[in-house]
Amino acid sequence: MATCLCDAFFDEAAKASVEVLEGLGIEVVIPEAQTCCGQPAFNGGDWEASRAVVRHTLEVFSGEDPIIVPSGSCAAMVFHGAPLAFEKEKDRALVDQVGGRTWEVFDFIFRGLGISTWTGSWPGKVAVHSSCHTRGTGTPEAIRSLLGSIEGLDLVDFAEPEQCCGFGGTFSVSFPNISRNMGNLKIDNILATQPDLLVSGDMSCLMHLRGLAEKSDRALPARHAIELLRDTMDASILSHGLANH
Amino acid sequence: MASQIIDNYAAELLEDVQQSVRSGSAAGTEKRFKVLFEDFPEADRMRKLAGEVKQHTLDHLDEYLAQAESALEANGAKVHYAWDDKAACGKVEEILQQSSAKTVTKSKSMVSEEVELNDFLAQKGYDLVETDLGEFILQLDGDHPSHVVKPIIHKNRAEIARTFEKHGLGEYNDEPEVITRRARSFMRKKYLAAEATITGANFVSAESGRICIVTNEGNSRFGLAGSRVHIALVGIEKIVPRDIDLSLMLNLLGRSATGQALTVYTEFISGPKAAGAVSGPEEFHVVFVNNRRTEVLESDCREILRCIRCGACMNVCPIYRQASGHAYRSVYPGPLGAVLSPLLAGAEGFPELADLPKASSLCGACNEVCPVDIPIPDLLLRLRDRGKKEHAAKASANTPPMGAWAWVAQSPALWRTSLKSANMLNLLPYEKIPFGPLGRWTKDRTLPPWRGGKFRAWAKNRKKEAK
Repeated sequence: MATCLCDAFFDEAAKASVEVLEGLGIEVVIPEAQTCCGQPAFNGGDWEASRAVVRHTLEVFSGEDPIIVPSGSCAAMVFHGAPLAFEKEKDRALVDQVGGRTWEVFDFIFRGLGISTWTGSWPGKVAVHSSCHTRGTGTPEAIRSLLGSIEGLDLVDFAEPEQCCGFGGTFSVSFPNISRNMGNLKIDNILATQPDLLVSGDMSCLMHLRGLAEKSDRALPARHAIELLRDTMDASILSHGLANH
Repeated sequence: MASQIIDNYAAELLEDVQQSVRSGSAAGTEKRFKVLFEDFPEADRMRKLAGEVKQHTLDHLDEYLAQAESALEANGAKVHYAWDDKAACGKVEEILQQSSAKTVTKSKSMVSEEVELNDFLAQKGYDLVETDLGEFILQLDGDHPSHVVKPIIHKNRAEIARTFEKHGLGEYNDEPEVITRRARSFMRKKYLAAEATITGANFVSAESGRICIVTNEGNSRFGLAGSRVHIALVGIEKIVPRDIDLSLMLNLLGRSATGQALTVYTEFISGPKAAGAVSGPEEFHVVFVNNRRTEVLESDCREILRCIRCGACMNVCPIYRQASGHAYRSVYPGPLGAVLSPLLAGAEGFPELADLPKASSLCGACNEVCPVDIPIPDLLLRLRDRGKKEHAAKASANTPPMGAWAWVAQSPALWRTSLKSANMLNLLPYEKIPFGPLGRWTKDRTLPPWRGGKFRAWAKNRKKEAK
């Protein structure tokens, strides 16, 4: 599942996800009919509109194979949000079936494939923003474990890591003042550690933080964490490790 | 499209108030994290267990309430039930009248705020003083709590010093120790003069009928020592099944609230003054307050009644930190209040507070720190769904309509075309658009360049190459 943000803005993150998965010997199918997971309407309170979009997604991603998403937020919509929106619906079982097969990409590599260390080298300081929708999931540990094992890569911890970046989807346009202040506090905390790069498992958070930083002329290099895996991957070593797993 | 009240409130909030709220709540979050996980590395399992205990109690509340009533009466307490706010105030007045008490001390109680007991008793001519220092300051100021544990989190010491000066409690002095000593000497006389004392309760054990009250100032103890009559005002959700459950709850409560292993005073009250005891109230009344709690119990947000009022959710909440508690326009602020307040407002009051569930980025930090594991973001979402269904204008303020988007998102061909056409926006100076969602975004943020269809084209080309 490429996600609508990658479809509209961040093709690089979606490409990197495909390349990493294929590098690990996995056949990747990209259904052309996919659109959005339905989260914008779900969070906005319009559950009827959201369910209509979710139903489309259920149809596009029917089957038995794992569904991999380069976004903790969209993945959580499929396995947590959608079941909530479908509590009283007849097709709830299908929602659960699709949700049960849906993984955030790092969680899939780490827990699904059992790969906890990575290859290559990337000299520099990297700050990891754990997106809110990955709380309580395997993703934060997966990102830290995989990136932390890249040679030369130094993970830096910033203050108040539990605080949200302020994006929150429609929240950012419904509560623009609070959202902006939240984002600026986050940027201050991140920049205090002087990282070479900020990464996250969600482009939405990075879009918000980059957008705020750029508007106020602050440099904040930020990329999806999966792009780092792609750039440092040595497929021959990794697929060997996978075969022995 | 009107803007959101809480967002405006935050924008207009005085900087020193915002600073007080932010630093006070951030300190709370930090202390909680340190103390809780240092003492209990598996605290998350305790939170889940405590959540199950409270949920079990709620699921069998009728039985436990009956059991608590029997146990309390066996201990010599008189048990009363109040259906709503008026009944709660009326019941307290009735008890005070029967025991001809006119002077009253009162320790901190959120349910008393909920039923507006202070105003009611003041109007009836009772002499009531709040004995919790924070609540006392609010009483002097005619103000209301903005946090369930730290009621004056929105005030700084200079403001408090001015209040004391204004009310004849000494010349201006903003040393916390001086302020506290002055309050103490004022309060001692009140304790000695009081005929009745009103408290809340943090927990009531259905098994033993013990009520448990935690304070850091010992004020409820002083209140009890000086009075003939004790009235405990208790929300019906405060019950736990057994005494042993208190070990779990108390271990979590202090650490979650203030980062204390245990509050300074933890009282267990098993009844009125025993024969031969030196002090203590001769009468012990427990008023169980419903005030729409049974309505909440029937709703799909019943988990919120697990709440033990520790305030950890508001401490960690980025929206609360920016907006302060008063932005929520109700007794309960923060994530707790964003769920509970619209529910306690009832069907007729819901539209007025329907924007509260919107005041969240759904970041889930509240759920992560909740000692009884309330799925607050899920409950906020359910209330958003309700707000939309009931066409609450306050809820929909500044929310982009989703109808057209949903329609396009169900049609893959239309979706692909729309994304490709959106790339043309790159040519427009849309960052200068002063209105609408895009305007609100680009006021403080840039938007990345549209690259609609790039990923799809890449995927297609690869397929071709592979063939």
